[in-house]
Amino acid sequence: MKFAYLIWSNLRRKKTRTVLTLLSIVVAFILFGFLSAIKQALTGGVVLEGANRLIVRHKVSIIQLLPQSYQQRMQRIAGVAAATHQTWFGGIYQDPKNFFMQTPVVPEEFLDMHPEFVVPADQRKAWLETRTGAIVGRKTAERFNWKIGDKVPIKSTIWSQKDGSFLWTFDVVGFYDGRDKNTDTTALFFRYDYFDEARRPGWGKGQVGWYTIRVTDPSRAAEVAKLVDAEFENSSAETKTEPEGAFVQSWANQIGDIALITASILGAVFFTILLVTGNTISQSVRERTGELGVLKAIGFTNAQVLGLVLAESCLLALLGGIVGLGLAWFLTSRGDPTGGLLPLFFFPVHDVLIGVGLSLVLGLVTGLFPALQAMRLRVAEALRRI
Amino acid sequence: MSEPSGNGGALVIVDGVEKVFHRGSEDIEVLKDLHLKVPAGEFLALMGPSGSGKSTLLNLIGGLDRPTRGTVSIAGERVDELSDRRLAAWRARHIGFVFQLYNLLPVLTAERNVELPLLLTHLSKAERRQHVAAALEMVGLSQRAHHYPRQLSGGEQQRVGIARGIVTDPTLLLCDEPTGDLDRKAGDEVLNLLQALNREHGKTIIMVTHDPHASARASRTVYLNKGQLTNEQMA
Ligand SMILES: Nc1ncnc2c1ncn2[C@@H]1O[C@H](COP(=O)(O)OP(=O)(O)O)[C@@H](O)[C@H]1O
Ligand SMILES: [Mg+2]
Repeated sequence: MKFAYLIWSNLRRKKTRTVLTLLSIVVAFILFGFLSAIKQALTGGVVLEGANRLIVRHKVSIIQLLPQSYQQRMQRIAGVAAATHQTWFGGIYQDPKNFFMQTPVVPEEFLDMHPEFVVPADQRKAWLETRTGAIVGRKTAERFNWKIGDKVPIKSTIWSQKDGSFLWTFDVVGFYDGRDKNTDTTALFFRYDYFDEARRPGWGKGQVGWYTIRVTDPSRAAEVAKLVDAEFENSSAETKTEPEGAFVQSWANQIGDIALITASILGAVFFTILLVTGNTISQSVRERTGELGVLKAIGFTNAQVLGLVLAESCLLALLGGIVGLGLAWFLTSRGDPTGGLLPLFFFPVHDVLIGVGLSLVLGLVTGLFPALQAMRLRVAEALRRI
Repeated sequence: MSEPSGNGGALVIVDGVEKVFHRGSEDIEVLKDLHLKVPAGEFLALMGPSGSGKSTLLNLIGGLDRPTRGTVSIAGERVDELSDRRLAAWRARHIGFVFQLYNLLPVLTAERNVELPLLLTHLSKAERRQHVAAALEMVGLSQRAHHYPRQLSGGEQQRVGIARGIVTDPTLLLCDEPTGDLDRKAGDEVLNLLQALNREHGKTIIMVTHDPHASARASRTVYLNKGQLTNEQMA
């Protein structure tokens, strides 16, 4: 591209102005990166996995418990391949800031239901053989530097043992890794049989938090959900069944409509950037009316002049965009900044590409008006204005 | 160099040209039924009072503007009839401009400024470099190739301007008061250069000027007054 040098030189004309504009674009794209990582953390993890999974919870609220006996009734419903349960443990390890999820599960059913959690065969075997055993996600294990054989004391905010103590100790028997990048590997899973037997009588014995169902045919998931809810209608614990995605989404929505919040912030930021960049470009074009006249006198066509100005605005926006996205990538790659609340915090490649596209659009939109102005400039008049 | 076409050997033929500008509701008739023939190889000086339309005429010849009436032919081509796009290509191929205020791009070095018109050709990078070096050599500024315009004196900037004007070896070199902003000494250097281009390289040059000292270097001088050309200066 023999014109590249010319385009580049024009950006260097007023270095301070170019640098300030670049910086504002860079900051906007860092923000873009962070917001999309947050959005990913709150809503992203469920999009891929679990299209064939449903969550059954108490109709009134997620904190009400469901009878363990529901499991067998669910498994008899047409279209249900498997059902298993989990219960919110609400445990704290050393400090409430060290947040991660713990739930009691039935190991074989649970691992069968969640193929995205990968556990080595020997560790799986150890878990089945150790009543107080727990498997821990790679992220949390690394965070606390836990080794197999460690005894981990966790204080539940909900469940006490028979002796009244809220402190539970689990034996780390294994670790699991995520099959995909967006698999959450922060939770700790321990055995339901141990939990149910050890918990204080009269405190929810035989009751569980929620069920996960795998359907035989994902395309009929909605139908199955209706059948499940119908099965428990008019009982003491009616259910609400929804796709796993919607379930996680409604968790996230307790914070607010994440997508809307992100979109509004980004909208405001990009509107500002549009004005800033647009101003830079049109100012720089206005300042060199005479030069553009010279280029046309030399024989540059109107289309070429249009192209030069557009290329300049696109170069500016792309440069700022790529630097900003790169920095965002680097900053988010260090993982969850909240220390556990946002286990799936990362900047998805898909959004990086959207960001690149966005910066190109920014360049085109901000360059269009000045470029048209430059194109329409009449040579003889431009030259008189020097 | 293109050969002048059959029209009595004239390279430039301006025939019955009228130019009217509109300023608001007011019509300003700058050129009226103007005729001019410039044979190939001539160094023509165009004089006249300020505001008489010298630049306007030069712009019409250089295809920067179109006449309200009449025709402009250069080397047999009806310039007034070309579309904007073809006109731009035609200018790139046939016309070199030299401006009073040099009009170099401040962000480019002398070398890059001279290279500009070559970007519109199919020349390779190496060929462009060769042409640029030759043009700078011709104006005696090889040593200044990497300087920016602000690092050059007015006279040097104008010589870079001339190098840019001739680097594509155009059919016609059009200069609008090329010495208008220079002191006598720098002006003389520029005039020497134009004269050499005309005499030694056969360039056809039309130069607008105020300065009798400058027009004295030309092979012929015409005067623009009240929209028409004469061979005599009006009293
Ligand atoms: N684009 C234009 N619009 C309106 N008036 C113009 C325009 N260009 C030139 N003129 C007028 O035409 C007259 C001749 O201008 P010009 O050719 O620049 O004169 P000169 O070069 O001889 O000083 C002036 O009165 C000028 O104001
Ligand atoms: Mg003039």
